[in-house]
Amino acid sequence: MAIRFTLNGAASSVDVDPNTPLLWVLRDTLSLTGTKYGCGMAQCGACTVHLDGEATRTCVLPVSAIEGKKVTTIEGLSKDGSHPVQQAWIAEQVPQCGYCQSGMIMTAAELLARKPKPSDADIDSAIGGHICRCGTYPRIRKAIHRAAKAGPR
Amino acid sequence: MKGPLPRRRLRFSRRSFLQAGAATGAVLAIGFRFDDALAQAPPPEKPAPNPFDAWIKIGKDGVVTLVMAKSEMGQGIFTALPMIVADELDVDFAKIKIQQAATNAAWYNHGTGGSSSVRTSFTPLRQVGAAARAMLVEAAADQWKVDPATLTTENGTVIGPGGKQLAYGALVEAAAKLPVPDLKTIALKDPAKFKLIGTSVPRYDVPSKTNGTAQFGGDVRLPGMLHAVVARPPVYGGSVKRYDAAKAKAVKGVKQIVELPKVDTDGAFTRGGIAVVADSTYAALQGREALEIEWEGGPNAAISNDSLRRDFEAMIAKGGLVVRNDGDADKLIAGDAKALKAVYEIPFQVHAPMEPLNATAHVKPDSVEVWMGCQGPQWPQGVIAGVLGYKPEQVKVHTTLLGGAFGRRYACDFGLEAAQISKAASAPVQVLWTREDDTRHGFYRPFSIHHMAAALDAKGAPSAWTHRMASTAIATFWEAPDKVKHEESEIGGAVNLPYAVPAMHMEYSHAPRGFPTMWWRSVEHSGNAFVVESFLDELASAAKADPLAYRLKLLSPPRQVKIPPEGDGSPLDTARLSAVLELAAAKAGWGKPLAPGRFRGIAGHYSFESYAAQVAEVSVTKGKVRVHKVVCAVDCGRAISPDNVKAQMESCIVYGLTATLKSAITVKDGRIEQGNFHDYEMLRIDESPEIEVHIVPSDRPPTGTGEPGLPPTAPAVANAIFAATGKRVRRLPIKESDLA
Repeated sequence: MAIRFTLNGAASSVDVDPNTPLLWVLRDTLSLTGTKYGCGMAQCGACTVHLDGEATRTCVLPVSAIEGKKVTTIEGLSKDGSHPVQQAWIAEQVPQCGYCQSGMIMTAAELLARKPKPSDADIDSAIGGHICRCGTYPRIRKAIHRAAKAGPR
Repeated sequence: MKGPLPRRRLRFSRRSFLQAGAATGAVLAIGFRFDDALAQAPPPEKPAPNPFDAWIKIGKDGVVTLVMAKSEMGQGIFTALPMIVADELDVDFAKIKIQQAATNAAWYNHGTGGSSSVRTSFTPLRQVGAAARAMLVEAAADQWKVDPATLTTENGTVIGPGGKQLAYGALVEAAAKLPVPDLKTIALKDPAKFKLIGTSVPRYDVPSKTNGTAQFGGDVRLPGMLHAVVARPPVYGGSVKRYDAAKAKAVKGVKQIVELPKVDTDGAFTRGGIAVVADSTYAALQGREALEIEWEGGPNAAISNDSLRRDFEAMIAKGGLVVRNDGDADKLIAGDAKALKAVYEIPFQVHAPMEPLNATAHVKPDSVEVWMGCQGPQWPQGVIAGVLGYKPEQVKVHTTLLGGAFGRRYACDFGLEAAQISKAASAPVQVLWTREDDTRHGFYRPFSIHHMAAALDAKGAPSAWTHRMASTAIATFWEAPDKVKHEESEIGGAVNLPYAVPAMHMEYSHAPRGFPTMWWRSVEHSGNAFVVESFLDELASAAKADPLAYRLKLLSPPRQVKIPPEGDGSPLDTARLSAVLELAAAKAGWGKPLAPGRFRGIAGHYSFESYAAQVAEVSVTKGKVRVHKVVCAVDCGRAISPDNVKAQMESCIVYGLTATLKSAITVKDGRIEQGNFHDYEMLRIDESPEIEVHIVPSDRPPTGTGEPGLPPTAPAVANAIFAATGKRVRRLPIKESDLA
């Protein structure tokens, strides 16, 4: 049975095993590969997207749970990379290997949407669910503060 | 046959040959080789299809393309290498592109590892940039009928008498017809006139890593591509006893079950097992669950940390290979009732890149194409050709971006598996390793035990130092038994002790072959720096000396220390090590008061021809360590992009802190006990310290940065813990129970 949802602003539907984690539907069925697999057990955050605006781990979320909801992936965060978080990420030269950064950016964008001027503790609490093996944490912190200063889009 | 293992200590030649300028009319294309030692002349019956291993191409639009088989794994070489060419060529960085070269038969012979890319490419890239510039200038001089010496270049333009200008793009056709100047004698730019080198140019690859467009291995999508996962024996060397193919095939979407043989020749070392091929990753994973495999443990099923530790102790007691012997250190220590003795232990670690291993292969009757994020595409190319029965020139390996590597992506097991499965499935196949697969089927940083002893003279300086080390040697695993130098990749950073000790003795013993070990970021330096810099701190404490002053005294007067016996690599310069220790200490306020409960520790180390020192500021509360700040000083010669050097130091420190504070791989009954990030924990942002990096200004040739920042981290933290608690950490990772 088809599952219908809004993907990056457009109506979308898939007909797959409803237990399939959303991550694999995005990557395998819809070929949206910006959302990454890192652990498969909601430990690392690489697979984070926005589900009705909320940062959500897709590696453990059955696709059946998104019926009627709005999914935004890194590809849909902005049309042209102009989201303040993306701009701040470039200004602070955050990514190294870059693999974890889609998830980091999605969580940072959600954090700023609900808390426009986050404290260091707010950043720790939001990004603490993510892992970056290249150790970009100091720059992530700076970039979030920079994006907060730049203000909403 | 022992395969084309890309040895870590690649003896890169700093010479390069500019063998020809090839003109197509539309571009000025210059092919060149980086190295004459790695790639031997092809046998006459098998001429080289392409004698070059890199190219620069300048188009009529003035765009300069650098084509190289170097891998971008986050270290920033897609930016640093083009910067070098652009500067020498006098073009805007925005006009330069990097193109990832696919393997071209045997000839794109570029490994990316050993913190070597910039240090081995700096001069060749300058030479070829200067040669191209000279050809463009000569073409302009011909056109204007003036002496080329009167012309200058700026921003992709040749400037002539009266301010006349010709853009490079307009000159490429004429320049391509000119002979290529001799690289060895070509005049290079005066470094004082560098415009890009030494500046922090924004990274080439960063925008694509903020919008989801960066292509990693697992992002490859081919028409008709199937997805596969592999169930591998939990014990290295084990095999499948029985399994249920029918149950797996009953899973919707599962197409095929493939029995994979293990391949332990040709430097491949795949584990073998059962592959499940399906139309989606999820179906493949479900199918694997349904296999219900019963495993045969095999010859390594009795290996555990405990068994290895017992073996190591027995080997050390028996005596190992003497790798250094100056004076009679044992006698001096035996005669000193106050001699210091300590045993250190370094655990296995897995690389754990954020992108778990994966590869995509399409095997056809007459060709093989593979897409993988790998550190040296020519290795899987050769191995896949050999195992599948193709000629190397029929196999093309495309290197994607690497989602972290740290040494693991030098191996080619993941590419070979994909090719084997694609062949069996007669379709393009992408093989995904789950995080558990990546953790349990790794090639691990060796486990080692170190027996240290030292005697001090009346002034507290060491008169004798002995170091007896045993480990699961990397070379023992990878190299043919008749050729192996077991101590290679094990003793660096320990055998070349920088501190003046009149009598020094070091022995090395290795475990028998069996445990899969490999280069892990900074290789032996990660463990040896911890042992040496911690034990030296023990000596300073026994001598009641300040740890920094004690080090500086033993490093003077300045001298060069080689790695015996053959002196591989540049010798260590004790003055440069002193300088980074002093710089880190000064910037960290060494000796000045700290907030209550905070303590400092210091450590320095030489690796990959660079010098790094760190001061860690920690507090310890009920055994719980908090690292508040790390101040790092690095001397890496000329810093091509200072901001990227800083990023690499930050990266090394965080990677090093995970191994210091969080996790280790342990083995029981031959199996890896950890699987995912809940039991192999990583340092996260809330534990990540403030990091400050200071680069020693230098006009020496550039040296490594991807790894040298890691070795000082663990000992700096452990030495700070000693300052805080009086407890000496001799085993990693640091556990609360060790300090409570």
